[in-house]
Amino acid sequence: MSVTDKMLPALPAPNDAKGPIHWLKTNLFSSPINTIFTIIALYLLYIVVPPAINWAFIDADWFATSREGCSREGACWAYIYNRFGQTIYGFYPPEEQWRVNTAFLSLILLCIPLFIESFSKKSWLGGFILLIFPFIAYIFIHGGYFGLEVISTDKWGGLMLTLIISIVGIALALPLGIILALGRRSHMPIVKSVSVIFIEFWRGVPLITVLFMSSVMLPLFLPEGSDFDKLARAMIGIILFQAAYVAEVVRGGLQAIPKGQYEAALAMGLTYWKSMFLVILPQALKLVIPGLVNTFIALFKDTTLVLIIGLFDLLGMVENVLGSDSKWLGFHTEGLVYAGFVFWLFCFAMSRYSMSLERKLHTGH
Amino acid sequence: MSTQEQGLTPGKPPIWNDPHYRALFFQILLIIGLGAFLFTIVSNTLSNMENRGISTGFAFLSERSGFDILQSLIPYSADSTYGRTFIVGLLNTILITVLGVVVATILGFIVGVARLSKNWLIAKIATVYIETFRNIPLLIQIFFWYFVVLRAMPSAKNSMSFMDSFFLNVRGLYTPYPVAAEGFDFTLIAMAIGVIAAFVVRSWAKKRQNATGQQFPIFWTALGLIFGLPLIVFLLSGSPLTWDIPELQRFNFQGGTRIIPELLALLIALSIYTAAFIAEIVRSGILAVSKGQSEAALSLGLQPNQNLRLVVIPQAMRVIIPPMTSQYLNLAKNSSLATAIGYPDIVSVYMGTTLNQTGQAVEIIAMTMAVYLTISLTISLFMNWYNAKMALVER
Repeated sequence: MSVTDKMLPALPAPNDAKGPIHWLKTNLFSSPINTIFTIIALYLLYIVVPPAINWAFIDADWFATSREGCSREGACWAYIYNRFGQTIYGFYPPEEQWRVNTAFLSLILLCIPLFIESFSKKSWLGGFILLIFPFIAYIFIHGGYFGLEVISTDKWGGLMLTLIISIVGIALALPLGIILALGRRSHMPIVKSVSVIFIEFWRGVPLITVLFMSSVMLPLFLPEGSDFDKLARAMIGIILFQAAYVAEVVRGGLQAIPKGQYEAALAMGLTYWKSMFLVILPQALKLVIPGLVNTFIALFKDTTLVLIIGLFDLLGMVENVLGSDSKWLGFHTEGLVYAGFVFWLFCFAMSRYSMSLERKLHTGH
Repeated sequence: MSTQEQGLTPGKPPIWNDPHYRALFFQILLIIGLGAFLFTIVSNTLSNMENRGISTGFAFLSERSGFDILQSLIPYSADSTYGRTFIVGLLNTILITVLGVVVATILGFIVGVARLSKNWLIAKIATVYIETFRNIPLLIQIFFWYFVVLRAMPSAKNSMSFMDSFFLNVRGLYTPYPVAAEGFDFTLIAMAIGVIAAFVVRSWAKKRQNATGQQFPIFWTALGLIFGLPLIVFLLSGSPLTWDIPELQRFNFQGGTRIIPELLALLIALSIYTAAFIAEIVRSGILAVSKGQSEAALSLGLQPNQNLRLVVIPQAMRVIIPPMTSQYLNLAKNSSLATAIGYPDIVSVYMGTTLNQTGQAVEIIAMTMAVYLTISLTISLFMNWYNAKMALVER
C-alpha cells in the first residue's frame, strides 16, 4: 500500500465551464427562448442606442455663440452652455451670486461631519442644519441685513430654487411630521383623530391642487392687506403636504420600536415628552432615515410642479424662460434632456445613498 | 405608623397630575385652538370675498361655460353648464387613471420579472429602465413625450400607418371604431351568459374537486364560455359589427376615432413612470417567496407552471398588494399633471379654466380636492378588500 502525505492539487475546471464563451452560453443563450429574447433585446438596443449617442455626442455642437452656429444634425449643447448660469441661478444678479454659492458651500461643509463615523455630536449638528441653518441661509440669500442688497424671491430661479424649495420643505416638514406621527399614535381620541384627518387629507390630494390652493386660496384666508410673496405661499403648501408624508414614515419607525422601550421609559419616571425625545425618537428616527431620504427624493422631483403656478425652478427656467428666448428658439429637446439629466443625477445619487444606508442599518435579524 | 402607610398607598394625585384630566385638558385646548383657527380663516375669507365682490355658493354650476373642451366622453359644447364641465373633467381624469393603472401594471410586471431573468442582457435592460425612469421627475417625462416625441410626428398627409387602419400623426392616433349594427345585442347577451356560466362551472368544479379529487379543465371551459359562445352567436346572427376605418380626406382623417396626443403623451409618461416603481415592487415580492417553497412544490411533483401559479404567485401577491395600492394612488394623483400639457382633466378644465372665469376659488378647489379624496378612498378601500381576500388565512 502506498500512502501519500501530499495533497493533490485541484484540477482546473473543465474547459467549457469558464471563459467568455461559457459566460455567453449560460447568460445569453441558455435555451431557445432565451436566445430569442437576447436577439430581440440586441435589436432594440441597435435601434435606440446608436442614434441617441450620435445625437447627444457625435453630431452635437458644444461651443457656439448663436443658434446659427449649431448644425441641426445633433444636439446643440452650446445652447445650454451659453445659458448655464441662468439654469442654476435664475434671475439672481451675477455679481451677487457668491452669496448663493457661499450658502450652499457652507451647507455641504456642514453636512460632511454627518458622514464621519466617529463624529459624536451628529444629532446636534443635524438639528442645527435642519432647524437653524435654513434661516441663516435665507437671510444671506435674500439680503436686507448686514448691508446685503435685497434680492427679492421673484428673482430666484433655476437649480438654486429647486434646491431651496426641497431643502426648506423637508427641514420644516420634519418637525411638523414628527408631531403628527406622535399625535397619530396618541391615546387621546381627539388628538389622534385630528392627526389622522390632517395626514389623510394631505396624502389624498395631488400636489398641484395644494399649490393652486396656496396660491389662490391662501390670500383669501389671511386678513385683508397682509400679502405673502409667491414663493412663501408655495412653500406653505409644500410643507403641509410634505409633513403628512413625513408623518407616515416616522410612524413606521415608532411602530418598529418594541413596546418594552416605551414601558421602560415610563417606568424610569420619564414624562411623555422626555420619554419620546430621549428614548423613543432617537431610535425611531435612526430607523427611518432611508425612508426620509426617499420622501426627500419624491419632494425633490415634485418641486418641478411649481412651474405650473409660475415659479421658475430648473424645469420652469428651461421650459418657460429659455424656451421663449428668441435668440435660441427651437431647442426644446436639449433643454428637457439637460433638466432631466440634472434631476436624474441628484435622485440617483440620493437613492443609492439611501440603499447603502438601508444595508448598513439592516444589521442582524 | 400611619404616616408611612399614607406614603406607601398614595391617594388620588392632584387633579393637574392625573393623566385622565390632563388628557381631557389638552384635548379641550386643541379643540379651542382649532376652532379659533378655523373661525379666523372663515371670517377672513368671507370678508375678503365680500370686499372683492366674489359671490359664494354653487349657483355658478348651472351657468353657461362658454368654452370648448378638447376631449369629452359625454356630449359637451360651449353652451353646456359649468356643472357639466366638472363632469367632463372628472370623466377624463377617471379615464386616464384607469388606462394608466392597466398599462402600468402590465408593463411593471413584465419589467419586474425581466429584472429577475436569467438572461443577463434582459436583466440589465430592465435595471437601466427602472433606474432611469424612476429618477426623472414625471413632469419632465410628460413634456418629453408631448413636446419632443409627439410633436415631431409627421403631418396628416405623411402619417405613419399600421395595417392601413391605425394612423399616427401630429394630430394624434387614429384608430378604427366598432359600429354595432342591429342584432349585436345578442352577442352581448351571450357574453354575459357566458361569464355567469363560467362562474357557475368554476364553483361546481371546485366542489367536485374538494369532494372527489377529480380535476376539471376550468380554464379552457371558461375561455370557451366567455369568448366561444359569443363568437358563435355573433357568427349565427350574421356578424352585425362593422369597423369604421379612418380615411385620409383632403386635409385630415375622417371616420374612426381619434386619440388626442395629450392623452397619448400623458398615458405613455404616466405608465412608464409608474411601471418603474411597480417593477421594483414585483421584484421584491417575488424575491420574498423563499426558494424552499418552490423546491417543496417541485418535489411534490407540481409542474413548473403549477408551481408558479399555485405556490409562488399567491404568496408574492401578499407582499406586492399593499405597496401596489400606494402606486395606484400616486398614479391617480399624478394624472393631475395633465394640466401642464392641456389634457382636459378635472384640474385643467375645472380648477383651471372654470376657476379663472368664475373666480369662485373656495368652492372649486374644495370640489376638486373632494374628487381626489374620493378617488383615493375608493382605490384604497378596493385594494384593502382585495388584500383581505388574498391574505393568509391563519387558524
